[in-house]
Amino acid sequence: MKIINLEIQAVRDLNQALHDQSIKCNEREWEVLCPKGQHNIACGLDQSLTIDIKGHAGYYCAGMNKKAHITVHGNVGQGVAENMMSGTVRVKGDASQAAGATAHGGLLVVEGNAGARCGISMKGVDIVVKGNVGHMSCFMGQAGSLVVCGDAGDALGDSLYETHIYVKGEVKSLGADCIKKEMRDEHISELTELLNRAGVDENPTEFKRYGSARQLYNFKVDNASAY
Amino acid sequence: MSNSNDVKDGLRESATFDRNTMAEIRRAADTGIYDIRGFGAKRKLPHFDDLLFLGASMSRYPLEGYREKCNTSVTLGTRYAKKPIELEIPITIAGMSFGALSANAKEALGRGANIMGTSTTTGDGGMTPEERGQSSKLVYQYLPSRYGMNPDDLRKADAIEIVLGQGAKPGGGGMLLGQKITDRVAGMRTLPMGVDQRSACRHPDWTGPDDLAIKILELREITDWQVPIYIKVGATRTYYDVKLAIKAGADVIVVDGMQGGTAATQDVFIENVGIPTLAAIPQAVQALQEMKMHRKVQLIVSGGIRNGADVAKCMALGADAVAIGTAALVAMGCNHPRYDEEFKKIGSAAGFYDDYQDGKDPAGITTQDPELTKRLDPVDAGRRLANYLNVLVLEAQTLARACGKNDLRNLEPEDLVALTVESAAMARVPLAGTNWVPGQGF
Repeated sequence: MKIINLEIQAVRDLNQALHDQSIKCNEREWEVLCPKGQHNIACGLDQSLTIDIKGHAGYYCAGMNKKAHITVHGNVGQGVAENMMSGTVRVKGDASQAAGATAHGGLLVVEGNAGARCGISMKGVDIVVKGNVGHMSCFMGQAGSLVVCGDAGDALGDSLYETHIYVKGEVKSLGADCIKKEMRDEHISELTELLNRAGVDENPTEFKRYGSARQLYNFKVDNASAY
Repeated sequence: MSNSNDVKDGLRESATFDRNTMAEIRRAADTGIYDIRGFGAKRKLPHFDDLLFLGASMSRYPLEGYREKCNTSVTLGTRYAKKPIELEIPITIAGMSFGALSANAKEALGRGANIMGTSTTTGDGGMTPEERGQSSKLVYQYLPSRYGMNPDDLRKADAIEIVLGQGAKPGGGGMLLGQKITDRVAGMRTLPMGVDQRSACRHPDWTGPDDLAIKILELREITDWQVPIYIKVGATRTYYDVKLAIKAGADVIVVDGMQGGTAATQDVFIENVGIPTLAAIPQAVQALQEMKMHRKVQLIVSGGIRNGADVAKCMALGADAVAIGTAALVAMGCNHPRYDEEFKKIGSAAGFYDDYQDGKDPAGITTQDPELTKRLDPVDAGRRLANYLNVLVLEAQTLARACGKNDLRNLEPEDLVALTVESAAMARVPLAGTNWVPGQGF
């Protein structure tokens, strides 16, 4: 295992060393010590690495991740795993706003709570939050799934496209064009699989499903008041 | 503009309620929805035509027009990037998306730019293989929607342009209407076919210049600090925006004036938001100079640039390069009179067509219709674009030599005068024949 101490080495050195693994991989397991909330830790990876970040990380931790499996043993700042393509990012603590923003693939697990706009413009990623999510989560969500084991804040799924949303707790309010939908067998199966992948022990039948009413897909003047 | 040539003597048209205004009121009453269109501002604005060069005579020494060299090359991104972009000419192709434009049109832009040794730019929806394949220097736009955004393409780019806004619609997002969403466009944007694709007006994962500074660092980290990072803003509070962009860490700043084009925006937005390109440049240059970053952070200006005189005037006011969009499309065949009959069938006319959002462009440029797109031969259109760019360069060089400059970037405000009080005030150069610069205190 390769250990990088960010009190001694710079984030730039860490990221370059991790990026070099995409050309020639000679070390698959990495541990990052003393991150102390620094930004852009382990972003832009493109190799099947396992990385444990032992502490809190700042903005854009694991941004644009491909293939790597990254665990943050602490909280993360804004935009964790933003635009992730594949791999897994697990946050043991809480995540600030825009967690998993625009991500195309992979799995993001937040074991604590996630702030506002969790999964904003998500494009295929699966996000599982064991706690609550803040307002405007899944705003303009295009594809993938958002699972919330706690409560969701205001305007959940505003202007939603095709993302599947599952919430166990209360939803303070739904955003424009987001509606509660029937939980059919295929959704129970999908949710069961998501919870299993995330390692979260919850009963899928206790969740409610939300999705797009698809009434705002094409601009119509009659819908002007909804915009 | 109203045309009163066919009106009987004695009939007086209202300047306030002219025929265009009345037609728009009727259209609004018929449909209940605002007008969405492409192109840029059509109203008359103070522009580069209102400036003139002071050629050399006794007090200045000209260069021989056909013999002495006048450098046109420019290097962009010298502040932080390990690999700045070297352009042979200071005219780049502005960002236009595959989706708004056909694949053939994007390829033609790449071909034309390539011939002239300059860069072209992606747009919303990501990078196409055709575009990357034909563009030796490609700038990858990083937009609020992040449609088609992926780190592989980011690393293939020669520069990254973070788009905060564009001149046609500063503060507004975009909408690619469902009729232009083919399978391929939908796939690149991860949305169902036929659905209107809303492009957000602000980025999803940062707010304000302090966050942007961290976002820029993230992009630098992902690309290992190899390529320049541009910030593009629509021209509004340009002085402050440029200062903040410098502070956030931009290598290059792109300022797009309100004459800049768009694929689809509300007419009321295009015509009523932003400031003219002419007014934006001095503000941007002032900000750069005050932060001692002029020529260190390069300035690209766009919005209504049509000829070599416009290029030279932008550079004299302090730009390092310009970007063209609408003019490039016109050079390739947009609005060409050979399609006039077909323009009439869709309620328009050659030279007036601006309904890019409808996807029915007879010239095959702003459409995804397979039959229409075949009309644009990317090789021929690329050649036409290269010819046009060549003329812009020759014209700009001609003017620079006449001012005694052996490099386009040696042109300076002192080489210019203004024809109108408005343009003098905006460009901060004297009214022709006077020493008076309105707003400068004397």
